[in-house]
Parts: sequence; C-alpha cells; structure tokens
Amino acid sequence: MSTEKSAWRKAYEWHEARLPIVTWLDHSLGTKYPVPRNLNYWWNFGSLAMFMLAVMIFSGIILAMNYTPHVTMAFDSVERIMRDVNYGWLIRYMHANGASFFFIVVYIHIFRGMYYGSYKSPREVLWWLGILIYLAMMAAGFLGYVLPWGQMSFWGATVITSLFSAVPGVGDAIVTLLWGGFSVDNPTLNRFYSLHYLLPFVIVGLVFLHIWALHVPGANNPLGIDAAPADKIPFYPYYVAKDVFGLGVFIVIYFIVVFWAPNLLGDPANYEKANPMVTPPHIVPEWYYLAFYAILRSIPDKLTGVVAMFGAILILFALPWLDTSRVRSANFRPVFRVFFWIFVANAAMLTWCGAQLPEGPPLILGRIGTFWYFFHFFVLLPVLGWVETPKPLPASISQSVMKPAE
Amino acid sequence: MKKIILAAAAAAALAAPAALSTSLWAAEHIEIPKEEWSFNGVLGKFDKQQLQRGFQVYKDVCSACHGLQYIAFRHFEALGYSEEQVKALAAQYEVDDGPDENGDMFKRKAKASDYLPKPFPNDATARLANGGALPPDLSLMTKAREGGPDYVYHLLLGYEEPPAGVELMEGLSYNKYFAGHQIAMTKQLQDGLVTFADGAPNDAAHIAKDVTAFLHWAAEPNLEARHSTGLRVTLYALLFAVLAYFTKRRIWAKLGDH
Repeated sequence: MSTEKSAWRKAYEWHEARLPIVTWLDHSLGTKYPVPRNLNYWWNFGSLAMFMLAVMIFSGIILAMNYTPHVTMAFDSVERIMRDVNYGWLIRYMHANGASFFFIVVYIHIFRGMYYGSYKSPREVLWWLGILIYLAMMAAGFLGYVLPWGQMSFWGATVITSLFSAVPGVGDAIVTLLWGGFSVDNPTLNRFYSLHYLLPFVIVGLVFLHIWALHVPGANNPLGIDAAPADKIPFYPYYVAKDVFGLGVFIVIYFIVVFWAPNLLGDPANYEKANPMVTPPHIVPEWYYLAFYAILRSIPDKLTGVVAMFGAILILFALPWLDTSRVRSANFRPVFRVFFWIFVANAAMLTWCGAQLPEGPPLILGRIGTFWYFFHFFVLLPVLGWVETPKPLPASISQSVMKPAE
Repeated sequence: MKKIILAAAAAAALAAPAALSTSLWAAEHIEIPKEEWSFNGVLGKFDKQQLQRGFQVYKDVCSACHGLQYIAFRHFEALGYSEEQVKALAAQYEVDDGPDENGDMFKRKAKASDYLPKPFPNDATARLANGGALPPDLSLMTKAREGGPDYVYHLLLGYEEPPAGVELMEGLSYNKYFAGHQIAMTKQLQDGLVTFADGAPNDAAHIAKDVTAFLHWAAEPNLEARHSTGLRVTLYALLFAVLAYFTKRRIWAKLGDH
C-alpha cells in the first residue's frame, strides 16, 4: 500500500479541518457515541419518531405543492391530489396515517421514559425538550387536520379554538386573533396552513436540542443505574443495526395500514365538505387527543376544564420533582411498577371516554379517570418515593448480565 | 419472548384507536351486515362488468337527483370502455361553456375531459325539487359514512314499514339503516327497474350491489393500484426487516454476550 494519501482523503481532511461535520456526526450518532449495552427494544422508538418526522416533512412538502388553502378550493384540491396527481393518493394516505403513527411512536417513547425514570436527574432538560416536541406535535396535528376543510376539520377547529374564549378578560380577543375574524373562515384556514408548514421545522430544531441534551448525560438504560464506560458500546454499528431492524418491523405495520386500511383512523365525516350551516351529530378530535378531550369534558366549568386539559400536559414538566424516588427504573420499584401500568390503562380508558358522548357511564368513567390522572402525579408519585422500599440495585450493568433486565 | 410482548404491545397500540371508531355508548347502535365485495382483500379488484352495470343504474336512476362532481367522462375508461365509447357517451350530454366572441354563454356537447353535469344548477333548485331536502353528491359517499359500501348497499334496500308507534314526518320514509330512520329519499330500487346490457340478474338486491360497487369506484378510483403497489412495498419492507434482523444478530454477536 502506498503511504501517499489519495486525493479524496486530502480533500476530506481539508474540508474537515474547516468544518468537522463528519467528526461531529461520528460523535452524535456514530462510533464515538457510547451507549449502554443493555438497551431493550423500547429504546427503538426515539429513532422511529425521527423517521416519522422525516416522512411527515417529505410527504407534506409534496402535498403542499398540490394543495390550495382556500375555503372554496381546499377540499377539491385534496380530492384532486387523491385522483389526478400521480401517486397523490399514496402521499396523502402516508401523511394522514403518518400523523397517527408519529403519535403512536411518541406515546410509546414517553411511556418508556416514565417506566424507566428517564426524566430523573440529570436528564430533566432532556425531558422538558421532549414535552416541548410533544406540544408542538399536538399543535401541528390539530392545524393539519383542519386543512382538508371537511366537516370534522371545520367543526373541530371551531370547538378547539373556542376553548380559548374561557380565558378571563382577553378570551374573546384571543379567539378573534386565532380565527382572523369573527368565525372560522378563510383567514383561519390561511393562518393554520402557514403555521402547519412552520411547526415541523420548529420540531426539527427541538429534536436537535433534545439529542444534544441526550448526549450530555448519555442514554438511560433499563436498569436505571449510571453506566460505567466498560458497559457502553458505540452507537454505530450496534444500535444503528438494532434501530434499522426495528424500523423494518415498524414500516411493515405502517404500510399495512396505509395500503389496506387508510381510512381506519380517520372520521368519515371529513369526506364531506365543511358546511358552517350543518353541525355534525358528534364532534370528536383525532384519537391522539381524546384522553385530554375527556379530561376537558369531565369538568362542568369551562375555564376549569380548559385549565385541567392543558394542566394535564404541563404537569409533565414537573414530573422530575413530583417523583421523589431516587431509583430510576420501575424494575426495582415493585409498587410504582403496578401504578405505572394502572396509569397506562387509565390513559387508555380516558381515550375511550373521549370518543363517547359526555353522558352516562362514559362521563362517570371520564371523571374517575381524570381524578386518577392528577392523583397519580400529585399524590401517588411523591408519596411512593417516601414509603416504597426499592429492590437492591446492581452495582453495574455487567454485574446484572447473568440475569438480563426486562 | 420479549419480541412477542413487543409485537403484542404494538398490535394493541394499533387496535386501540380502531376500537374508538366503533359505535357510541349512548346512541342507538345500528348493526350493518358485512357484504362480500370483489374489492375487499389483499389484492381486491373492481369487477369491470359490475362497474358498468352500476354506472347504468346511476345514469338511469340516481343521476336524476345526485351529482358525481369529481368524476369526468375520461375516468370511465377505468370501467373498461374504449376511448371511442367514452367520447360517444360524453356526446349524449350537454354542458355549459362560454363566453364566446359575442360574450354569450352557450351549450355544447360534452367532451371526454368534461366533468359529469350536475343534476341541478344550484342547491336551492335541488331543495325546491326535493321537498326541502338536498340530495348529496355521491362521489365520496362510500367513504363519508360509517360502514362504507356495506352501509350504502343496505341503506338502498333498507326501506320497510315503520314499526308501530313511529310517526313519520311529512314526506319522509322509514329506513332501517338510516340514522334516525327517517330519510327524505323514497325507495328507489325495485326488481327489474333496469335491464342490464349484459343480461345480469336485475332484482333489487343485485341492482343495489352493482350501483354500490360503482360508487365505491367513484370514491376510491385508485384502489387497485393501492392494493398491488401495497403488496410489493410491504413484501419489500418485510424482506428488509428480515435481512436487518440477521445483520443485527451478526453485528451483536461480536459482543459475545448477546
């Protein structure tokens, strides 16, 4: 072999000396990023969320080339995409179902963080950035659902924006600002479209910060103990290979829905053009908001309901301090572990309640669920940290290799 | 074992939202029986003969009141008609055009690129002709109702005598499958109402089946491409997942303990 460097190598080194982007990538997601060796498949959902963000931006940009944000043309332009644009039906079904799959992935990612105590010191800022991403996703999802200008688009927008009228004093002014007028109309659609295009790039920026904040303490792991350098392996090739396999399984499920059940998660009413004169019998948001919608409707007073709904999300910011236990992983917290699964089941029940009319058993269950949601955060988590006796923690990850963590 | 749990969790996560779309707790639940359709299944396709019969039903019966605003004559080539047949079909219709050089609007024979003419010039005329009710456009009907094609099929056949004690409002008919059961459209389909060019059975049930299949084509014209593309894409993704699995195993084998 010649000791002479190739021209490519020289060019690479010349560029790297001026902007070390390859070195930076290698430290971010490559061979220089050490990760605990014991991560299980629940740790795949972060990279899957990033994949879905990319799918949404890619498909969304193409949709935007063919979509017309005007109340008289929006619905027709979506149908033109479905019928006349080459593979328009595929791009639109990927985008519409992509929103659902993005939320499925992110919900699993959040629950994983809750189970393994990933929000605890020193990862509080990482957790906060995750909540900000989730909030931005909810806003983007809501704005995007309005764009096809179907019946549920229009009435969903009307119901949700009207919530802000509950704010004392300035409520009506806020609603007028959101609408760009005195009812949901063309100015509303235009500003929603503009913001729907903006938010994904805000999310990209937040994801960048989220990953930065991840690299400072490094990844948590199923044991929840700090990983010694000897217990870490490089992200590339190990976790890249594992994430790529997880991605393969995930896209099979995603494609099955996109190609064979593309309208399963949607509301049939949104295939009717928006009509301000006809209210649909039952206005429901998309499934990923239903738990919070149930909390809103559990409380008879409008302002208190709105505060509870937003509070249910904002309380997550305080989670690192509401949970008083120093032990991160639920695997070593026998009591918390039970209440974690009750919390998940309660969230699922609230989601179901949110899809029902707020009367009879669904309303009662919704109220019990709402109570339990806040009870979990305000009472259970602080008290459990004091009264629960955790199981003994292993001294290191390698010590526990004989008995792999779940 | 871990993977099985993971797969089960993923399945549950997917099934949960699907369960939400089922009926409401409080509202009356109308069970819609499932029908066999040629377009169901992994590689489900439209039956072109059936679509042609369904179009005949639409043309002879439904189109008197219901539009099909997203369908142009050129789209009918997907039903198996030749370009010449489509042109001849379009020529049977007149559409508005203009203004000409004198500034006048005029009528002309439709071309293949024209969209189907609407049955009424505007909603007000439509209501006036239908006792105040507005006959909806049918382009998306099989996607715009819970139950899809099954619902549309059973609605067309679901007319019956109102149960004792049910007072029908003026001009409305009782329908077993319609929400609230009182529908402005009267019973349309009778045995032998249309005679099909291909001699297919023309009892009310067959007519309903054919026109519903046609309407589902109108709502989802790319269904066949979706199924065939989907099969190729999904098999490719499956193969990708299998290869990625063995790649992952091989790479992790270097660590020795996994």
